[in-house]
Amino acid sequence: MGLESQLKEHGFFTTTVDAVVAWSRKNSVWPMPMGISCCAIEMMAVGDPRYDIARFGSEVMRFTPRQCDLMIVAGTVTYKMSHVVRKIYDQMPEPKWVIAMGACTSSGGMYRSYSVVQGIDQFLPVDVYVAGCPPRPDNLLHALIMIQEKIGKTKAADFKNVKMPELNVTQNN
Amino acid sequence: MNLKEIIPQKLKEKFQNIEFEISDYRDELTIKFDQKYNVEICKYLKSEPELEFILCADITAVDWATRKKRFTIVYNLFSLKNNFRLRLKADAAEAENSSGETKWSIDSVTSVWQAANWQEREAYDMYGIHFNNHPDLRRMYMPEEFEYHPLRKDFPLMGIPGSLPLPKK
Repeated sequence: MGLESQLKEHGFFTTTVDAVVAWSRKNSVWPMPMGISCCAIEMMAVGDPRYDIARFGSEVMRFTPRQCDLMIVAGTVTYKMSHVVRKIYDQMPEPKWVIAMGACTSSGGMYRSYSVVQGIDQFLPVDVYVAGCPPRPDNLLHALIMIQEKIGKTKAADFKNVKMPELNVTQNN
Repeated sequence: MNLKEIIPQKLKEKFQNIEFEISDYRDELTIKFDQKYNVEICKYLKSEPELEFILCADITAVDWATRKKRFTIVYNLFSLKNNFRLRLKADAAEAENSSGETKWSIDSVTSVWQAANWQEREAYDMYGIHFNNHPDLRRMYMPEEFEYHPLRKDFPLMGIPGSLPLPKK
């Protein structure tokens, strides 16, 4: 990082709040693994020691949307499932990003059929599309790096007045 | 004597007033009969000690589109005792209601095999065939408010625009 040499010499350095916030935010992206079908297997491979998403600070796959800021939609989204995906996306706190992983998620893929949504961008704001059927784990890592680049360019003030959407969630416990 | 001869013979003995259409194609035995008798026949095939078709592997339908008796119900049965597969076929009954809509129906075999419950629900969802006396005839795959039956021949491959709602962006 080069931080050590700087600190050794002077004991301090100057920066902006925006830079620090964006830097820390982009290196601790917590993904929401929305594994719906076969792409989920490749998404799991990303977490294993060979590809190791921990190198990018994203190893904490949270299975609750409340603790996530990146949704990886991995798999075929049917019309029936789309409402679930959207509800989980709405429950994630701002700021949040979305990766559409694989051909089905991005465009319906080979499922050109009445039941499959022809691309999740019809109901979600997608930041990065990953091609492939399924994409290799490297491709997903590349998508994560692209998300990190995007987050690195943000300023803290960009998210000043973002409100959580009003949710109509009934509790079942 | 093998089962391919025993089964038709037993059925003909037991149900003398019912007509059976028997075919043996590619080593698969298929028996066709009138839909009125499906429950009786299924009950007999399950309970007859020599046959014991205790596994109802699948219930589905065929849409013949232009034919007069449009839908055929297909039962795939399996006898674990004899390691033998049997296919039953029956054309669904057609009836027109007062507003001119045709309704297809057949009696449910859930009283014979519990497994028929979901399989008949699937056939109802995909083809719109009503199974009389079914305990819980709801859609299996499609949303409950959906109005069409996707595996019918007149249903377009890409669906009917607007029939399945998406969440708001």
